[in-house]
Amino acid sequence: MSLYYVQKLIYELNRDPRTRARYAAERDAVLAEYELTAEERAALVAPDIGLLYVLGVNGQLLMHFAALHRIEWPDYLERMREGLRKHGPVREGVYAATGYEGVP
Amino acid sequence: MPLVYCGACSHGPGITARADRADPAKRDALYTALRRMGDDIRATRPDALVVVAAEHFANFFMNNMPAFAIGMADFYEGPIEDEAFLKIRRTRVPGNKALSRRLIEQVMQTVDVAYAEEWKFDHGISVPLHFLTPGYDLPIIPANINCQGPPLAPLARAWAFGEALRAAADAVPERIALVATGGISHWPATPDSGKINEAWDREFLARWAANDRAALLSYSDAEIYRDGGQGGFEIRTFIAAAAAARGAKGTIEFCEPMPIFAVSCTVARMAVAA
Ligand SMILES: [Fe+2]
Repeated sequence: MSLYYVQKLIYELNRDPRTRARYAAERDAVLAEYELTAEERAALVAPDIGLLYVLGVNGQLLMHFAALHRIEWPDYLERMREGLRKHGPVREGVYAATGYEGVP
Repeated sequence: MPLVYCGACSHGPGITARADRADPAKRDALYTALRRMGDDIRATRPDALVVVAAEHFANFFMNNMPAFAIGMADFYEGPIEDEAFLKIRRTRVPGNKALSRRLIEQVMQTVDVAYAEEWKFDHGISVPLHFLTPGYDLPIIPANINCQGPPLAPLARAWAFGEALRAAADAVPERIALVATGGISHWPATPDSGKINEAWDREFLARWAANDRAALLSYSDAEIYRDGGQGGFEIRTFIAAAAAARGAKGTIEFCEPMPIFAVSCTVARMAVAA
């Protein structure tokens, strides 16, 4: 479990255009610079927003990572719900869901 | 000069980003209340506006997370969010480095605040400024309380930070206004986005308006998380403003739960003598 490094990579992608450019050009090299488990790495590459959410990625980071992959807001919310159905409750952090149905 | 203005307001990105999906009447009432807050601030003829915010990984990350920080630059930039998404144009906002430095030196007498000579505004500051100082003509002094990456400073320390900001504002010759920005209950960027615990919000605001220190500081983080969500940790900014008001009482000028904006949209003011 290396949630810190998953979040750090997302933070740097969100904030640093050069990291984004490198991630587009040589993704494996960028990923290799972070301590990631195979599950985390796969979730980032897919990207599996639902699994990243369940792994505990802070929503304030994850929503921008989703936007980076051109995932629209309603789809972002749905992918997190799908992640909960598929992988169970959030495993770490303070961004757990409470079972609320959401805004239409 | 004694602090000339002290208030608090919401900063949810939906307030601008999802404007066209909101009930127009409620949305316009909120916008009017926020713009009136800007008018009220200007009426106190401030030289600078301290914005006590709770940022969302714009500048600070868990590799080096300050519990409290104050900006110390002659200019800032924001918003960092996509302009088309937030519907706020990215711009340079004036600061006042020398004034920041004097305020920071005063705050440091009691609170070990971090300083930052670079600072990018996220929606936590850019959304309020869009309404309060749309001309970006008032120097801004950004301040931040970590409300995102636990461990978080205890509420009593947020209070102490507010007291320190007040003492600093009083110690400089400039006229300082202060606005705290944050949500009360909310579950932002989660599947629960849009959920609001209105009763909890109204109870918190009643304690805030009464400036009841003991009641404001009585929440545990476990209770805040349970009743107010991870977004509820941002009550630290409101608590700092209450402390900065130094016993003055408050008025809730606007409070309307708006799920599409993810929070009880709030505009509130403490009756500090201007
Ligand atoms: Fe926030």
